[in-house]
Amino acid sequence: MRDVAIIGIGMTKFGELWEKSLRDLAVEAALKCLADAGTDRIDSITIGCMTGGLFNGQEHLASLIPDYLGRRNTPAVRVESACASGGMAVRAAFMEVASGMSDYVLALGVEKMNDVSGDLATAALATAADGDYEAFHGINFPGLYALMARAHMEKYGTTREQLALVAVKNHRNGALNPHSQFPMEITVDTVLKSAGVADPLCLFDCSPVTDGAAAVLLTTVDEAKKLGKQPLVVISGIGAATDTIALSQRKDILKLEAIELAAQRALKMAGKTIKDIQFAEVHDCFTIAEIMVIEALGIVEPGQGGPATAAGLTALDGKFPINPSGGLKSKGHPVGATGVAQICEAVTQLRRQAGKRQIKNAKTALTQNMGGSGGSCVIHILEAK
Amino acid sequence: MEVAKHWRETPERYRLEAGKCSKCGKISFPGRLICPECGYREFVIHKLSGKGKLDTFTIIRTAPSGFEDLAPYAVGIVELEDGIKILGQITDCDPETLKTGDKLVAKFRRINEDGKTGMIYYAYKFVPDVGI
Repeated sequence: MRDVAIIGIGMTKFGELWEKSLRDLAVEAALKCLADAGTDRIDSITIGCMTGGLFNGQEHLASLIPDYLGRRNTPAVRVESACASGGMAVRAAFMEVASGMSDYVLALGVEKMNDVSGDLATAALATAADGDYEAFHGINFPGLYALMARAHMEKYGTTREQLALVAVKNHRNGALNPHSQFPMEITVDTVLKSAGVADPLCLFDCSPVTDGAAAVLLTTVDEAKKLGKQPLVVISGIGAATDTIALSQRKDILKLEAIELAAQRALKMAGKTIKDIQFAEVHDCFTIAEIMVIEALGIVEPGQGGPATAAGLTALDGKFPINPSGGLKSKGHPVGATGVAQICEAVTQLRRQAGKRQIKNAKTALTQNMGGSGGSCVIHILEAK
Repeated sequence: MEVAKHWRETPERYRLEAGKCSKCGKISFPGRLICPECGYREFVIHKLSGKGKLDTFTIIRTAPSGFEDLAPYAVGIVELEDGIKILGQITDCDPETLKTGDKLVAKFRRINEDGKTGMIYYAYKFVPDVGI
């Protein structure tokens, strides 16, 4: 395998972008990425998008996006793994470069969610659950994560306030990020007094419905050196794993096995342990998700995610910053773009270009992107060389 | 949802029929072609008792489309006597009084309907098990 570097990143602003279409968003992120990379070369494109079909009545992005990017004839493929589609698209691009099949591969994530009503957006997202045995019974994603939240609270004593503190921390970070959909600080009260969605989760425990796109350009480390990229940001490990699609079929619904396995695989490939990682972008689609993910990654012991968050471990100035970008909660969650946007943030930090949210001496990062209630997961380890 | 899509699931939804692996005895609900425990491919039909206790639950306050009229309503994961867990709504009780560990039993209930096809979807919901 050839070593792979990230030489370009580009993102649209995240939000309710009424004037921009699915194709506009994709092209904007790609052009910013190429401008950042300082090259126009693209040999192949991978596209992460959960469901252009349900959100926009548009599939076949593998033709649409190269076409509107002015790259007619360039090979492209869409990669789908629900909310992990973006991270899986980067993994597909990595494999293409590492294998020698292509030298310059653009991994692009996009989702245009506000072209349908909130009801239809929730219904589209619910297709990432077990359609016949979960969604059929009237449960949606806030509900599935609420099942985990109650179990976590009852088993470990995690409190309602600790869940809220995840959102408070991520909004504090997101307020420093120009790409954020909701760049405002909030308090524990904001969360606790927001509308009930699925007990014990409230509106401010949930990531929003978002339009947005993000792109990264991958090439070999040798090519990146020829282009004089400094610092050189490399992908040193990737791990992916799956779990049952239905939450009820897991032996223990508090064990995110796909996340544990993906992390072990990514860290092994990078020759590292979690102690070697300085910060992480994780999939906080709901506040409870961030707590369970930092436990599954081994950053804290099982059951300690809540107390650790309350103690400031995961804050921007904490010992293990989580979601310096503001996470899905504040930055926004255009599902197919999320995994790519996490990598854009990690690269920004590793290049020391994160401004007020810069993590000091950032050299090693982990990004964790998952689909559904943890039915799929992809993890990347990034290093500045 | 289409008629055939619901009709295919009627053994599970109407009669709580699961598949029991002929080799290792693992019960799968819904049935599968391959045992997730041992990989064996032969099963016998196993009718679930429908009795169990509440493992975890939520009260849905912002309902998905088609379920708005029901809100607030409870959905939970129930650990059945058969040793497996299944997800369903919990009804015939005040959702605010539910506790994990509550004894529940599956009953045949109307879940939803499709105005376009005229279909009414029936399946199991859980109700408090008062021994009747």
